[in-house]
Amino acid sequence: MIPAAFEYKRPMSLEEALSHLAQYGADARVLAGGQSLIPAMRYRLAQPAVLVDINKLPNLGYMKEENGMLCLGALVRDTDVEFSPEIRSRYHLISDVSMVVADPIVRFRATVVGSLCHNDPSGDWAAAAIAARAQMAIQGPGGARVEPIDRFLVDSFATSIGEGEMAVEVRFPVPNALTSGAYEKIERKVGDYATAAAAVQVELNPDGTIKEAGIGITAVAHMALRVEEAEKILRGQKPTLELIRAAAEEARKIANPNPDARGSAEYKKDMARVLVGRGLIKALKRLNVVVA
Amino acid sequence: MEITLKINGSEKKLSVEPRTLLVHAIRDAGLTGTHIGCDSSSCGVCTVVLDGKTAVKSCTMFAVQAEGHEITTIEGMAQGDKLHPLQQAFHDQHGLQCGYCTPGMIMAAHVLLQHNPNPTEEEIRFGLSGNLCRCTGYQNIVKAVQQAAQMLQQPAGAAADD
Amino acid sequence: MAVQTPNLEPKGIQGLGKAIKRKEDARFIVGKGNYLDDINLPGMLYMALVHSPYAHAKILNIDTSEALKIPGVKAVITAKDLAAAGLSWIPTLAGDKQMVLADGKVLYQHQEVAAVYAETRQAAADGAAAVQVEYEPLPVVVDPYKATAPDAPVLREDIKDQMSGAHGPRRHPNHIWTWEVGSKDETEKALAQSEVRIKQHMVYPRSHPAPLEPCGCIGDMNKATGRLTVYMTTQAPHAIRTVLSLVTKIPENNIRVISPDIGGGFGNKVPVYPGYVCAIVGSIVLGAPVKWVETRTENLTTTGFARDFHMDIEIGATKDGKVTAMKVYTLADHGAFDAAADPSKYPAGLFSICTGSYDFQKAYAQVEAVYTNKAPGGVAYRCSFRVTEASYLIERSMDVLAHELKMDPAELRLKNFIQPHQFPYPSALGWTYDSGDYEKTLKVALERIGYHELRKEQAEKRARGELMGIGISTFTEIVGAGPSKDFDILGIKMFDGAEIRVHPTGSAIVRAGTRHQGQGHETTWAQIVSEELGLDVDKIIVEEGDTDTAPYGLGTYASRSTPTAGGAMALAARRIREKAKKIAAHLLEVSENDVEWVDKKFQVKGVPGKSVTMNEVAFAAYTNPPPGLEPGLETTYYYDPPNLTFPHGAYVCVVDIDKGTGEVKVRRFVAIDDCGTIINPMIVEGQVHGGLTEGFAMAFMQEIAFDEQGNHLASNFTDYLLPTALETPKWETGHTVTPSPHHPIGAKGVGESPTVGSPAAFVNAVVDALAHLGVRHIDMPITREKVWRVLRSAGIDAF
Ligand SMILES: Cc1cc2nc3c(=O)[nH]c(=O)nc-3n(C[C@H](O)[C@H](O)[C@H](O)COP(=O)(O)OP(=O)(O)OC[C@H]3O[C@@H](n4cnc5c(N)ncnc54)[C@H](O)[C@@H]3O)c2cc1C
Ligand code: FES
Ligand code: FES
Repeated sequence: MIPAAFEYKRPMSLEEALSHLAQYGADARVLAGGQSLIPAMRYRLAQPAVLVDINKLPNLGYMKEENGMLCLGALVRDTDVEFSPEIRSRYHLISDVSMVVADPIVRFRATVVGSLCHNDPSGDWAAAAIAARAQMAIQGPGGARVEPIDRFLVDSFATSIGEGEMAVEVRFPVPNALTSGAYEKIERKVGDYATAAAAVQVELNPDGTIKEAGIGITAVAHMALRVEEAEKILRGQKPTLELIRAAAEEARKIANPNPDARGSAEYKKDMARVLVGRGLIKALKRLNVVVA
Repeated sequence: MEITLKINGSEKKLSVEPRTLLVHAIRDAGLTGTHIGCDSSSCGVCTVVLDGKTAVKSCTMFAVQAEGHEITTIEGMAQGDKLHPLQQAFHDQHGLQCGYCTPGMIMAAHVLLQHNPNPTEEEIRFGLSGNLCRCTGYQNIVKAVQQAAQMLQQPAGAAADD
Repeated sequence: MAVQTPNLEPKGIQGLGKAIKRKEDARFIVGKGNYLDDINLPGMLYMALVHSPYAHAKILNIDTSEALKIPGVKAVITAKDLAAAGLSWIPTLAGDKQMVLADGKVLYQHQEVAAVYAETRQAAADGAAAVQVEYEPLPVVVDPYKATAPDAPVLREDIKDQMSGAHGPRRHPNHIWTWEVGSKDETEKALAQSEVRIKQHMVYPRSHPAPLEPCGCIGDMNKATGRLTVYMTTQAPHAIRTVLSLVTKIPENNIRVISPDIGGGFGNKVPVYPGYVCAIVGSIVLGAPVKWVETRTENLTTTGFARDFHMDIEIGATKDGKVTAMKVYTLADHGAFDAAADPSKYPAGLFSICTGSYDFQKAYAQVEAVYTNKAPGGVAYRCSFRVTEASYLIERSMDVLAHELKMDPAELRLKNFIQPHQFPYPSALGWTYDSGDYEKTLKVALERIGYHELRKEQAEKRARGELMGIGISTFTEIVGAGPSKDFDILGIKMFDGAEIRVHPTGSAIVRAGTRHQGQGHETTWAQIVSEELGLDVDKIIVEEGDTDTAPYGLGTYASRSTPTAGGAMALAARRIREKAKKIAAHLLEVSENDVEWVDKKFQVKGVPGKSVTMNEVAFAAYTNPPPGLEPGLETTYYYDPPNLTFPHGAYVCVVDIDKGTGEVKVRRFVAIDDCGTIINPMIVEGQVHGGLTEGFAMAFMQEIAFDEQGNHLASNFTDYLLPTALETPKWETGHTVTPSPHHPIGAKGVGESPTVGSPAAFVNAVVDALAHLGVRHIDMPITREKVWRVLRSAGIDAF
């Protein structure tokens, strides 16, 4: 299928990109990895008048640790994360995610930031960013700002990015030695969006109790959700199967999925529970805590 | 728009609309080994190599985005009459039937082997899971990639199948 | 561990049973295949279609004016324009007719409404998007069981008053035909007398072959010569030529159908589709070649679906497990037009093979077909005309019976197999099975998988609360349609032709009326000829797909190529050999009676040193023919098979179930096939791998579903799920060989056995894992949720 015609802009600098975005406003769309936008355009579900292709912008492909944060520029592809030994050894949650988003070929183009900007109700990165308490760096006519992920993700396919703005970076807090995470996703086959998925991050106190927990679930509501009640239940407690059961149950409670070919609402709600439970068990295991 | 890119090592100037998909541009340039099998970026029969180390679904990239880049397609794999080890291995292991997925599969495997020169069976299945094949059931494709990995690691001249 | 390449180079004399690498690979691996979309003709136009968003609606108005304003758009046609050429409706292969473009109303979502022709594919797409159609939605029929309700909306107003169709009386405007076979009374009596009876309802869901290459066509009418050349993704080029001649009234010798390399067919590329007709009409009207290549959405929503059989079975047996009788009622959802591609006398295909591998004394089957607001079809998707549905039905039912009898499903099967001494075996529903050894094949499979240990493991696991299951399928196929006394399509008998031309220097070109789509004919036909004539395989070229050069034949589908064209090829070769023998006698200066064919050479009887090769004979055929003998060494043979062939197999599957999510993991799958004589074991194994993968897809993910408004819910690959390398199990294959007694080389055909036989093995395994929870049947596709429901309602839960 063939997209509708559009005007193509290929800015060579961030300033130029921002000026195109400012000029065309709501008519313009940023083209990052294109792995969501181009299929939508082929079906003519999206017909933007102007595409601002940011792929030639210099210095947006970085992955660096700075001020306690892992910063991924807007052109970091899923495969950059997937293939990084650093990430694999220390960032268990996002390493897990990078292996199950879309399919291996799509991941060579798809960007982490683009996925967050797209905010698909079944997006994998959104759940991970919630669990990891990520932040987004945004630039626009009004200058630069940084937003916590919970404020950035607004609604299904909607973020706090305003007209003329673009996201330039996502930041994940650097995990300490007592922090681990996991991503549990069920999909009908590779390349399918999640039937349900759960992102989990836990930080332990030296005494083995849980210092902090982050839990995000996706594909089970209008957008990825934080399971705050579960986080509360876990905080300060010693990890046991009972505790995990109770926390996981909270995911089932707040999940509010649409029934579709992937499953009934009832099934997806239960999967939110099962996957949060499994994620917690796996993350704890990675910290050498085995809950039987 | 006019674009300049390298396809299989030779520079090409192409005239395209912004909305022209890379796969159409490649095919219209006479390189019809790269196929089209879907509209949803699902099947991978259009997979080509971008700048040597990245596999992309050429139906999910605009031709204008390839400006200044280097594309490798199935037609660029053999050196003259000498098949690339992957091509040889797909033939040796019966890794193709109708052949429609084969070019994309070979390009995906080519990139896979660059990132992981000695993959396990499971890693091959994982790495090729963005490419559908409707005929072979994948088993012989996996074997072909294993054979190619061996050939690529062996010193030149050594036989692949001993 | 080093990967081995046991396969041989395709060089020298390589006859039956040799795993030689494929000759056709050479072009595909370097990207030089020549598929339909690779063909570009000077001045070629592109066509795009406009589709209906509604499943059932009246068309109030079609406004093409905006489309015509788009630069590059040359023309837009609708049913009105086609009517002028008498082409607004075309006959289907099943004795029905179908609209080419929606004529007054649409009958399914995505139905073709208008065709746009333009100079570029972009302009064609823009044009299609700009055609404005006004619809008045009508009530829809989605559920086939509601199609013939008294108040059901009438779908086919064109035939609403015709109370008789191509296959007998119709009892409702949405009823197409009722077909029955066997003795109803006797079967019912036998059932009533049976000690044990089971009843089961099961659905074989609608699915789609979805080859990776979509369908397409280039119509090229040469006004100067009056010749129409049609490039088409078709599995049956000759049949298409005949149909085109009938519908367009162009003399058949002025039509040339070329079926280029095909990127998979699986039955999808047998029928004639509206898009083809519109591309051809466009070319005739506009005087330029017109190309149409389907989008994936068009492929999945409008071209030949498969299955959609809703089946009820009743089986009677003795207490100790001997089957006595079976009765089947099936409702077949054919969509808006009956466009099944079955042989004319068999509107439900070969479904009456549903007694399977078992010795049923009494059987009766009835199939009713109805119209619904869905795309037309009923194609044989990697299946010999409804054999897949029949095999699934009987193999699933045998497990239901085993469950009822509390008997091991392997034991039940062993008890009921048709025994080797019973062949040729007349089945209760009228077939004569050629040969088989079902017990042997099952025993090989059970041994290979370690059946008894697995049953032990299962019992231990069950005690621990873990879920694993073992599923068996011992299916029988019926392929190679077929003998001309019973089989025709639109009156054309289903024989097949082969032509062999041996050149003076000992190379040859052979042609067949079949058209491969990955099955390897370029290699296997060469092997048959190499076997029969002693020529080098690398000197034999195989050509198919061009109606100007290939002998007539009905094409490649339903596993019919080896049984029909393969037979034709062997017999053509034998005819050549007979003539060659005369030449050999002349060269050896002895009488023909003193010449024998030994070690692929002609030899003077009892004198091993005195011989001539086929190469020498070929040279002599043109340079030194015996006086009085017609020179040359060429022939054509049309083979009308005396019977069908009955390949069979035993499949065993082991699954493990995740109690948290309901996910089914296929741990092992052993497939032992018996397809008679094996021409090329490498190719056979490849066919089995592919077929098993499609069977797996059917069992677990692939389904064409609709919502209550008739919206198509699987219109692209994000919703119509094909397994990737990661989900696909690893297959363990093997063979027994029971040659067909009537086929010239004893071969039976294999391409479809695994798709036919495997779905029941998967489902049986899952049901077996859950049987102790009271589960008797789960319909395909077995999703995680279906299993999860069983688990949770049994109180089973886990992280
Ligand atoms: C076959 C297939 C399967 C997929 N499966 C999954 C899956 O399982 N899970 C999943 O999460 N995703 C999946 N995806 C989506 C894929 O991961 C997307 O590519 C990703 O979500 C978007 O990233 P992108 O860089 O490709 O963005 P694009 O497609 O380029 O853009 C997406 C949207 O975000 C906007 N945007 C992008 N970057 C910026 C920016 N820097 N600033 C402002 N706006 C921006 C664009 O304007 C556009 O509206 C799948 C895609 C395909 C093709
Ligand atoms: S054509 Fe299917 S992914 Fe590109
Ligand atoms: S060989 Fe036919 S799709 Fe892979």
